[in-house]
Amino acid sequence: MNALRRNVLKGAAGAGAVAVAVAAGLLKPTQAMAAWNKAAFDAKNVGAALNGIGVADPADSKDITIKAPDIAENGAVVPVEVTSDIAGTTSIAILAEKNASPLVSNFNLSGGALGFISTRIKMGQTSLVRAVVKAGGKSYTAAKEVKVTIGGCGG
Amino acid sequence: MAEPMRIRATMAGDVADVKVLMNHPMETGLRKDAKTGQMIPAHFITEVIATVNGTPVLAAEMSGGISKNPYLGFKVKGPKAGDKVAVSWADNKGDKNSVEATIG
Repeated sequence: MNALRRNVLKGAAGAGAVAVAVAAGLLKPTQAMAAWNKAAFDAKNVGAALNGIGVADPADSKDITIKAPDIAENGAVVPVEVTSDIAGTTSIAILAEKNASPLVSNFNLSGGALGFISTRIKMGQTSLVRAVVKAGGKSYTAAKEVKVTIGGCGG
Repeated sequence: MAEPMRIRATMAGDVADVKVLMNHPMETGLRKDAKTGQMIPAHFITEVIATVNGTPVLAAEMSGGISKNPYLGFKVKGPKAGDKVAVSWADNKGDKNSVEATIG
């Protein structure tokens, strides 16, 4: 299908770990994900990034809560927690609007997973941290400004 | 891969609270090596899959925009103490790792 799927299935240095995991039934070959969404992750602006994950014009929602520091001292490690109280949340995407590539990560939820994600992201400069939620075939969004004193994208 | 992933999964009411710490440089490909002046190639986790008792609950796509040594917290309604949660990741170079824990 594509190189990434083949790489995930065959593995190189990780062949042992995958073999053990497959034997233990933890990671079945059929569970390897579809190709990494390069178009969305390489997009240089929010609109193109959202397009890449199949979202256009998400509605502002007060049912999405973003917990992140008002001021991040270290832009390399900014804790972000997104809670979606929208029924039937199927995915949460996190964007840092002024990063060179705004789309940071996209989390697809299933099997009873709640609309909740906690992680740590890099921010190059002060910007809005935006969460985009898909639920019931529609998309919703909320954003919170995080001030960054020392940018965390390196270089 | 290098060091083991760390995972903790505990029940809070009827919700399993799972916290995972992955070991990975998460290089964006935009950083320059101070000594050589060369760009450090992109090397980051691209996907993370989590299952509870074999049922997929989370399929995440990540990029270099996630901090080094990715931390991930998620919650699942329905499991009970004693159920198994498994988390595995793959990166853009074909490396991978996985860990399993019993929900406490």
